[in-house]
Amino acid sequence: MAKANFETPQLKEYPVIPLIQEGVMAHSKPFTAKAEFQADLGFPGELPENWQEIAINKMGELLGKYRSLQVYLDSCVKCGACTDKCHYFLGTTDPKNMPVARQDLLRNVYRRYFTFAGKYFPKLVGAVDLTKDVLDDWYSYYHQCSQCRRCSVYCPYGIDTAEISMAAREIMDSVSVGQKYCNEIIGKVFKIGNNLGLPKPALADTLEGLEEDVKEDTGVDVRYPLDEKGAEVLLITPSADFFAEPHVDGLIGYGKVFHQAGTSWTLSSYASEAANFGMFIGSYENMRKVALRIREAALDLGVKRIIFGECGHAWRVAYSFLNTLAGPFDFLDPRYPVPQHICEFTYDLIQRGALTLDKSGNDHRRLTYHDSCNVARASRMGDKPGGQFEIPRAIIRACCNHFYDMPADTVREGTFCCGGGGGILTDDLMEVRVKGALPRMEALKSVVEEHGVTHMAAICAICKSQFSKVLPYYGFSMDQIVSVHQLVSDAIVLGDKQ
Amino acid sequence: MSVITIVYTVLMYTATLILVGGVAYRINKYARTPAPLKIPTTPAPTTRGGVVMRLGREVVFFQSLFKSSKWTWLFGWIFHFSLLLILLRHLRYFLNPIPTWVVLIQPFGKYAAFGMVIGLGGLWARRIFVDRVRYISSPSDHLMIVLLLAIALSGLTMTYVAHTDIISLKAFVLGLIRFDWQPLPPDPALLLHLGLVATLMIVFPISKLLHAPGVFFSPTRNQVDNPRERRHLAPWAAQLETSERS
Repeated sequence: MAKANFETPQLKEYPVIPLIQEGVMAHSKPFTAKAEFQADLGFPGELPENWQEIAINKMGELLGKYRSLQVYLDSCVKCGACTDKCHYFLGTTDPKNMPVARQDLLRNVYRRYFTFAGKYFPKLVGAVDLTKDVLDDWYSYYHQCSQCRRCSVYCPYGIDTAEISMAAREIMDSVSVGQKYCNEIIGKVFKIGNNLGLPKPALADTLEGLEEDVKEDTGVDVRYPLDEKGAEVLLITPSADFFAEPHVDGLIGYGKVFHQAGTSWTLSSYASEAANFGMFIGSYENMRKVALRIREAALDLGVKRIIFGECGHAWRVAYSFLNTLAGPFDFLDPRYPVPQHICEFTYDLIQRGALTLDKSGNDHRRLTYHDSCNVARASRMGDKPGGQFEIPRAIIRACCNHFYDMPADTVREGTFCCGGGGGILTDDLMEVRVKGALPRMEALKSVVEEHGVTHMAAICAICKSQFSKVLPYYGFSMDQIVSVHQLVSDAIVLGDKQ
Repeated sequence: MSVITIVYTVLMYTATLILVGGVAYRINKYARTPAPLKIPTTPAPTTRGGVVMRLGREVVFFQSLFKSSKWTWLFGWIFHFSLLLILLRHLRYFLNPIPTWVVLIQPFGKYAAFGMVIGLGGLWARRIFVDRVRYISSPSDHLMIVLLLAIALSGLTMTYVAHTDIISLKAFVLGLIRFDWQPLPPDPALLLHLGLVATLMIVFPISKLLHAPGVFFSPTRNQVDNPRERRHLAPWAAQLETSERS
């Protein structure tokens, strides 16, 4: 990979809304998917001659299938409330990264072909024909959206740009313009079972290695089982947990928690992936196909519960969509929600006093917590609204003596995306990723200066990978991002309860 | 009957038909389009009652807008609340006898037109002076503000500068309702005011004014957060399952 040619934005003392600079990110485009990979997902490989017609028909189809798209394309009044809410706008200053302007790229075409005003008075309402230039703009700017939904919190009508960018990506896929990163990964899940293309023997090997490491560290036989029929819990975790840092430290933590709880569990080599990039490309069919693997694995292994590891968008698909896509789960134990988050599982144990946690195990760290966007704004944990904020924090507080939240408008429902979500986590979009991380980096800097924070914990594989990569651009070090269950792992006292 | 009366009688009927028919068509479209996935912006209410409260807070207090921009919220809320008062005040021209509560709000309703002008003025200023909002504005966005301002100003003219023949106006309006057509007083301010209002009614169902029904159909706001407890399945998604089994 050639070194990207761009300047890292300056971290300011206080966040400043920048003046717009038109077109400064128009050059940013991810690599396109090759024809063979498009075919795996049921998309054409070459731009068809009548691509405009196909794209407009696709838009019409989606308008009939998604109320969100229809209502959101009609309802925007251009009030400007969202214009300073997107991390990509704040980091790049390109006005097409303002949520409303990003939506308008699609809305202007919708108006031209589907509304009275746009058909007869296009100039008046800003309606435009679908041309190759427009398609290029779509490809560029719909891949500068991490579908984090921050804009939807602040819109008076709840317009969610994620819905628009998903639709745009699906329309582009329908005329062969697919993104390499997302589409190749989905293909790997269909062929091998996970995003990284790790086959069963490699998984088994990795897990065996983990068992040895933990034994060496603690002297305790903690198991990391794979494909064990009859286990109580099927753990679905992002495949990055199998080897990436700091993800794997989280996986070690899950194993220790299960060990202490005395709950039998297993991973599945067939469904060895929590991530579901079908969501990123807006494809219900592909998202469903990926989700059904989890159902099949659960049936095949005869488990009673499904628990998800730390992954943001995966938890959105799991919590909000899994029942829809792959339900009903009437074959599982009805006493537990389907699915559960590993944080819910650990939190319940802590509440019941079933874990012995030695906070001093984390005394070398001063922590803050990054709310991952899909967990914060598109899901829940526990039985109360907002549990997705409280439960991870409660776990961290139970494991650490030093915890400090970042400024209020940058956490919880107002959390800033890491800059790498929604299918952006690829080296060919490094500039977008680094610049999009600016608001989070500013928030981090403020707690570093005020409270001497040394580490930021997260429960999302994408956030963790993204931060390990971009922290150094802002003068931090890559190991300052940690997994929440890594903190549990470092605090948990194994063996009989004392 | 004068040409003016005939033109305005036809115009008012046409505008009403387009407004009611057009909005009904859009609402029907929104209601019939499925929302295949649970996408409430969380934290979200876990009960229907909670959703009613959430939508109520959005519609009455503009809760989300308050979170995002205090100035837009202030001007937007002043404008909408004033408009509501003005609309209610205008019921006195449609109802006979005039209900007591309409009589009671009359003094406030009369001043609300100033609120409407202030609110619209603030919103327009943002559109012109804030570079981000200027960038996203189309000619139609400016024209909509001009239209509403012109309606408010022509109304204010009749209240505070040159009174119109309000008795004859009411006879005209009641005549429209009762299909017993009466002459419209040919007062320029009144003709302008009514013409602009008719324009607004006609434009409503084909413009961004659809945000009014739209907010009630917004899945991020109107969905209950209970996907684990209840399986949510759109008809077209259910068909994917049936076609596999057969």
